[in-house]
Amino acid sequence: MNSIVCLKEVPDTETRIEVRGGKIVEEGIQYVVNPYDEFALEEALRWQEAHGGKVTLISLGPERARESILKGLAMGADEVYHLSDPAFLGGDAYATAQALAAAIRKLGEYDVIFCGKQAVDDDNAAVGAMLAEMLDLPHVSVVTRLELAADGRSVRAEREIEGGREVVETPLPAVLTAQKGLNEPRYPSFKGIRQARSKPFTTWTPGDVGLDPGTVGAAGARLETIEILPPPERPAGRIVPGEPEEAAREVVRLLREEARVI
Amino acid sequence: MGNNVLVIAEQRDGVLKKVTFEALGAGAQLAAALGGQVEAALLGNGLGNLPDILARYGAAKVYVADDPALARYSAEGYTNTLAAFLGKVEPAIVLVGATALGKDLAPRLAARLGVGLACDCTALEIADGRLVATRPIYAGKALARVKLNGDPQIATLRPNVLPVPEPATEARAVVEPVVAAAGNIRARVVDIIGAGEGEVDVAEANIIVSGGRGVGGPEGFAPIRSLARTLKAAVGASRAAVDAGWIEHSHQVGQTGKTVTPNLYIACGISGAIQHLAGMKTSKVIVAINKDPEAPIFKVANYGIVGDLFTVVPLLEKEFKALLSE
Repeated sequence: MNSIVCLKEVPDTETRIEVRGGKIVEEGIQYVVNPYDEFALEEALRWQEAHGGKVTLISLGPERARESILKGLAMGADEVYHLSDPAFLGGDAYATAQALAAAIRKLGEYDVIFCGKQAVDDDNAAVGAMLAEMLDLPHVSVVTRLELAADGRSVRAEREIEGGREVVETPLPAVLTAQKGLNEPRYPSFKGIRQARSKPFTTWTPGDVGLDPGTVGAAGARLETIEILPPPERPAGRIVPGEPEEAAREVVRLLREEARVI
Repeated sequence: MGNNVLVIAEQRDGVLKKVTFEALGAGAQLAAALGGQVEAALLGNGLGNLPDILARYGAAKVYVADDPALARYSAEGYTNTLAAFLGKVEPAIVLVGATALGKDLAPRLAARLGVGLACDCTALEIADGRLVATRPIYAGKALARVKLNGDPQIATLRPNVLPVPEPATEARAVVEPVVAAAGNIRARVVDIIGAGEGEVDVAEANIIVSGGRGVGGPEGFAPIRSLARTLKAAVGASRAAVDAGWIEHSHQVGQTGKTVTPNLYIACGISGAIQHLAGMKTSKVIVAINKDPEAPIFKVANYGIVGDLFTVVPLLEKEFKALLSE
């Protein structure tokens, strides 16, 4: 069972995001592996433990992302292909999916592609399904539970929908995007951390995956960011004073008479 | 390329989603600016009077693909069907709700058509004849204003943000049947498992009552669930409560959970970590109950009560009950 896992480096969810001059201020940001990609990788590692095969990481991102990618290797992935050429940067979901699709075509043999359900920076939740379409594979997104059929040729997946779950069956290979709750990602062991730096780490340029540098990254994007703005500030609220009974009565009154939401 | 806006209607079991009406309202404004009209695409099986309902909410025409192969949503069946007729209809803009269905479908459809996608938008406008969309990024820690190259311009619309237009009392839809070219569907929905009886999903709720670290354990959610029942609200949770295993992840609000925009968000025993605030800060009204007067949640709350949630929440419920029985 050979798995490909797509991994992105993103700002830590605890990081404050500051906007200045229409852009995100990058200084001071702490970067981590996209949390949803850890669920994707964990699932691939569990399949490998149960059924053998190889776990290959693919990551598109700047040179800086190397540390996060090494964490993926330390968790147990076997090898990594890093699309790290500057030409790959500044793209949208479409350009990213296109580059990943080209890299995956070049890798060839695989049984399943795991992605996180979305990256917590751009919040598109689009690359997985786009990638599937470009590779002409089926996809199941936002997967919270996964079972591999006994013959290893199809999966039964549960995906989160409003107020419930859809049970989806699909033949493999397929693209599956992981939601929190699918599993509990492991921490890298000391041995894993030690071994990570000696695992195969290949850097690819657009040319290496058969793409023209003028069609990837920002040049290949279909979506253009005009500007980035800070979110509107909420007006200052107030503490409603008094004994609990009084405060509760006053808040309910305010919700009806002032805020008019009840 | 035409001047029309096409809304992909979302229905499950013959019930249209509210976000479809929100999209029709937004679509009508965009179409007016483009000199076109808003239309709808409706896919499913046994669709009854749904086209007329779409017409009441503004759809000038409804393209209907009614076929057993579309009885249940599938990304492939919907993409195949939509791609087959979009080429002929040539809308300038395609809108769909940023729901479980829309988020699953739109990227697949965009990739099929070779175009980009603006996801989870909270505002849409026309500038120089092109769509300009505003979308939260970093779970709402920042907003991006974006535009799309290529046609059609596809955007998914965050539910609960834009208003539902006033429906016409009566309208007959102009229906144009389209071929349900579902094609070869590989990933198939074989079953749908509902949530607990009468539970409201946080993503769709008008009111959310949410618990955090302060609830102390799974049983600590009892007063929160009770208040939620009284208000017909959804039960939310912070990451701390979910990671502690006190409640399922589907309830989580915040950066690794759901981003929500209810009319009323009641945060109980939630300190207000940055990743939680990002996910609920766009709620219209926020009430916070916390023992710690310095908790960051009070900075975003319209109304705060400093106190123990186990005392305050049942008192709130009593007051709401009295008010709602009037």
